Amino acid sequence: MSNKQRLIILTVLAVAVAGLYLTIGLNARNWDYALSRRLPRILAIIITGAAISLSTAIFQTITHNRILTPSVMGLDSLYMLWQTVIIFFSGSSSLLVRNVNLNFIVTVLLMVGFTLLVFKTIMRREAGNVFFLLLVGLIIGTLFQSLSSFMQMIIDPNEFTILQGRMFASFNSINLNILTIAVISCGVVFLLSWRYFSVLDVLALGRDQAVNLGVAYDQLVWRLLVMVVILVSTATALVGPLTFLGLLVVNLAWQLLAAYRHRTIILGAFLLSIITLVGGQLFVEHILNFAVPISTLINLCGGIYFIRLLVKEK
Amino acid sequence: MIEVRNVTKSYGDLKVVDEVCIRIPKGKITSLIGPNGAGKSTLLAVISRLIPKDGGEVYIDQIELSDWDNRELAKKISILKQTNHTDLRLTIRELVSFGRFPHCRGNLTKADWDQVDLAISYMGLADIQDKYLDQLSGGQRQRAYIAMVIAQDTEYILLDEPLNNLDMKHSVEIMKMLRRLVEDLGKTVIIVIHDINFASCYSDFIIAMNNGAVVKVGTANEIIDRSLLTDIYDLDFHIETVNNNRICIYY
Repeated sequence: MSNKQRLIILTVLAVAVAGLYLTIGLNARNWDYALSRRLPRILAIIITGAAISLSTAIFQTITHNRILTPSVMGLDSLYMLWQTVIIFFSGSSSLLVRNVNLNFIVTVLLMVGFTLLVFKTIMRREAGNVFFLLLVGLIIGTLFQSLSSFMQMIIDPNEFTILQGRMFASFNSINLNILTIAVISCGVVFLLSWRYFSVLDVLALGRDQAVNLGVAYDQLVWRLLVMVVILVSTATALVGPLTFLGLLVVNLAWQLLAAYRHRTIILGAFLLSIITLVGGQLFVEHILNFAVPISTLINLCGGIYFIRLLVKEK
Repeated sequence: MIEVRNVTKSYGDLKVVDEVCIRIPKGKITSLIGPNGAGKSTLLAVISRLIPKDGGEVYIDQIELSDWDNRELAKKISILKQTNHTDLRLTIRELVSFGRFPHCRGNLTKADWDQVDLAISYMGLADIQDKYLDQLSGGQRQRAYIAMVIAQDTEYILLDEPLNNLDMKHSVEIMKMLRRLVEDLGKTVIIVIHDINFASCYSDFIIAMNNGAVVKVGTANEIIDRSLLTDIYDLDFHIETVNNNRICIYY
């Protein structure tokens, strides 16, 4: 089976689950209400899926490592810490909490700034040692988590319930207010990333080959990294942390498509993420009756797949 | 012409390349020789902008490296390091097609593919061009990477130990192929090479280096000299002339 056929099958599957999700249980009386709830969710899922698959694919190529996701830089825990800090210090009625667009912009800027700082420091000192980066990310992540849970312990219980809504990835409590700004920020990154797809193929040959072939390596890695962080921050702000999704879909895409062009891989990972997210959402809503959040489901599947990857690498 | 002026490169306190000045003429094979740690590979990497230099200038056709546009420079000069690895699962033909990237940014035209085919046949890889890199022997993979550099079609070709992993037959083939590139297509080839007899038989000029500095630059006959080599390598040399080539015996 050629890659084209595989991509067509994935597209058909993605459209089918999306169609099923939109139409299941619709009748003459409830259709306009149900659709008004489901359409924004589908849109959010598409944006999240695209953002996570694109950012993970780019990040793995930059770091030359297929078992990393951008969250190793401590991004998810930084997001949680920041949300905790705002509510802890300024209360849930403050402007930063109420004005979600402002919150979004500040959060994204903070995460971009933080990542670039960490990456720049490590890259300069350790000359691109990925393992060191992993270790630092892990430690910073743990530090942030501890700080967050410390504040969550002593916070006002009412404030905590507001915070709790932001702690787990969920498409039921999607932050619809920031959907517009998320569409814009991701849309801009998608358009910009388009012309980098063939350069990503060259980056995968390694730094020396990329420089030899005329790629302005350091500058390019910076640009790509900024894109990655914007995408991850958007996805996180929209639905919450989804650590393993990127790892799952991007690796499946490499395995399934056996292609070398990032164009193909990113498209495949995007379709897979829609299938996973919409399928998972269907499962959560109609079979589990909302008893389990989708992030738990995805982290379970992703975690198992991750262990498989680790075992296989050995 | 490539002109290197006072180039210095240090790692920590260690000066790996120390105030090196050389001129490398066009349309010739120039070999860099010297013991391990002499700074040959570092100098090659600095000339090809793979690593930044700490001081000095490198002029390629009278333009300093930092003034070159990245993409234009990639059409002018190519470099192949000793070790190459990629996670991508590529066939030889796909790998070689990457050599066209500076010319077409990944959208290969008919003319680009012709160049790819030419490079593949130049390296004698036509019958295995659809094999994946991970199915190849070390020597075949080395030849595939060299084919990629040939497809890049640059005026200057820099190779860091191109004979690595190759047996005698393939080593000779590569060196003959490099001579053809120089004589038929007017390319300029600069190689770092360990086998001194290959350097002696196939190069126009040899640059002898030791401890980060250039000891002597000259034609093969001038450099393959008993006292000079004994001094550089700290090894007893015996030199014979066979078929007008100077052959070192040092075993």
